[in-house]
Amino acid sequence: MNTLFRGKWWSFGFRSTIMLYFVVLIVLPILGIYSQSLSKGWLPFWESVSDPLAWKAVLLTVKLAAIATILNIFIGTMIGWVLTRYRFPGRSLLNSLVDLPFALPTAVGGLMILLLLGPNSLAGELLSGIGIEVVYHEPAIVIAMLFVTFPFVIRAIQPLLEEMDKSEEEASYTMGASHARTFISVIFPTMLPGILSGAMLAFSRGIAEFGAVALVAGNIPGKTLIASVYIFGEIESDNPQGAAAVSVMLLTLSFAILWTVSLLQARRTAK
Amino acid sequence: MRKVWIALTYLVFTLLLIIPLIKIFSGSWANGWSGFVEAVTRPQSLHALMMTGIIVIVVTALNTIFGIMLALYLVRADWLGAKMKRLLGSMVDLPFAVSPVIGGLMIVLIFGPNTVLGALFEGAGIKIVYALPGMIIATLFVTFPLMVREVMPVLGEIGSQQEEAASTLGAYSWYTFWKVTWPSIRWGVIYGVVLTVARSLGEFGAVLVVSGNIMNKTQTATTLVYQDVENFNVVAANGIALILAAFSVGLLLMMEWAKKRKEVH
Repeated sequence: MNTLFRGKWWSFGFRSTIMLYFVVLIVLPILGIYSQSLSKGWLPFWESVSDPLAWKAVLLTVKLAAIATILNIFIGTMIGWVLTRYRFPGRSLLNSLVDLPFALPTAVGGLMILLLLGPNSLAGELLSGIGIEVVYHEPAIVIAMLFVTFPFVIRAIQPLLEEMDKSEEEASYTMGASHARTFISVIFPTMLPGILSGAMLAFSRGIAEFGAVALVAGNIPGKTLIASVYIFGEIESDNPQGAAAVSVMLLTLSFAILWTVSLLQARRTAK
Repeated sequence: MRKVWIALTYLVFTLLLIIPLIKIFSGSWANGWSGFVEAVTRPQSLHALMMTGIIVIVVTALNTIFGIMLALYLVRADWLGAKMKRLLGSMVDLPFAVSPVIGGLMIVLIFGPNTVLGALFEGAGIKIVYALPGMIIATLFVTFPLMVREVMPVLGEIGSQQEEAASTLGAYSWYTFWKVTWPSIRWGVIYGVVLTVARSLGEFGAVLVVSGNIMNKTQTATTLVYQDVENFNVVAANGIALILAAFSVGLLLMMEWAKKRKEVH
C-alpha cells in the first residue's frame, strides 16, 4: 500500500513537471508574443505592420526565400536523385556532407560567404568587375538562405526514392517508354510529395533565417533589410510592440506552412 | 547523361560546401599561426567559448531528460486523451517554425525586467534576461523539438507489448524502462543528443536577443563572431569560426555514425 501510494505521487509529480515545462517553454511564449503585439490595441498594431519599412522587409524576405526555395527544388532534386540512384567514388562522403549546414552555426555560414565573396576576396572582385554586387546585396541573402536550407529537399526525397518500387519503373521501360517519359510519369510523381514538403520546410526556414543573413545582408532599410533583421533592430531600439507585430505576421505565415506540411505527411501515412 | 549529373552534383557540393569550409580553415592562418592563437586566446574569446560550453552542457542535459519523458507521455500515456495527444504532438514542432530572433523576443517579453515573472525572479535575486538563465531558456526553446521528434517515432514503432509484458510480470516502471524501452530507443536518443549539441553550439539569433551580447559577461562564441565581423576584425572572427566549424565537422561524423546504428538497431 505504501509503495503504491508513493508511486502514484511520483508519477503525478512527473506528469505535472513535464507538462508545466512544455507549457512554460513553448505555449506561454507564443501566446505572449501574440498578446504583446496587441498590447496597445489594434491601431498601434496596424501602424507597426503598415509601416512601409516593415512590410517591405516582410515582402523582401518572402521574395528572396521563394527564390532560394525554387533553386533548392532543382538542386535538391538533382542531388537527392544522384546520391540515391548512382554509385560513384565519393558518394558516401558527399551524402554525409549534405547535413553540414545543419551542423554548422549559421553565423559561421554567414562568415564563410563573406570571406569568399566579400570585398577583399578574389571572387568578389571578379564579380564586381563585371558589375555584379553580391555581398551586402540581394544575391548574398539568397546564397545564405540557399546554404542553410540546402539539406531539406534532399533529405525529404531520399527515403521516397529508396522505398520506390523498382518494378513500376521497369514496367515502364518494358512498355517502351523513354527515359524522359518514365521520369516524368513514374519517378517524378513518387518524388513529388517529398519535394513539396522539403520545399515548404526550406521556405519556412528561409524566412526565419537570421544569423547567416545578418552578416552578409548589409541591412539597408527598404533594400536589403529582411524581416528577422528588422525585428532585431526594433528590439534593439526598444520597441517590443513593433517587433512583436512584425513577428506575428512572420509567425502566422510559418505556422500555416508547418501545418500544411504535417497535413500532407498525415495524408501520406494514411495512404 | 549519368556522368553529367554526377559532375553537376560534385560542382554544387564544391561551390556551396567544400570551398567555404576550406576557406574557414585557410582563412584563420591569414596572419600565421600566431594570429590564430592571438584571436582565440583573447580574454573575451576564452570567456565566450566557456559560455557556449556551459550552455551546450546544461541545455543538452535538460533537453534530453525532458524530451524523452515528453515523448514517452505523448506516445504511451493513457491519462491524455487521443485528441489531446495529437494537439500536443503538433505543438512540439512549433519552435521549428519560429525565427530564432522571435524566439529570443518571446523570452524577453515573458521574463524581461518589466514583466510580472521577470520582476518576481528579480525580487528573488535571479536575473534571467541579459544573463545566463535567459540564454539557457532561449536555447532550450530552440532545441526543444529535436529530441522529442527522434524518440517518438521509435516508441510508436516498437509498440507497448513488451513493456506491458514486463510490468505484468511485476517489474517496476524504472526497471521496465531501463531493460525494455531504453535499448530500443537508445540510438534515437544519441542521434537527438548530437542534434541538440549541434544546434545549441550554433544558436545565434535567440541568444543574441536575450543576452544583450555583453562582452566578457553574456557573449557566446557565435555572438562574438558576429561582433568581430561588425568591427571588421575578420581574422579574429575566423579564428573562433574555425573552432566552431571543427566541432561541427566532428558532430557531423557522429551524426553519420549514430544514423547508421539507428537503422540497424
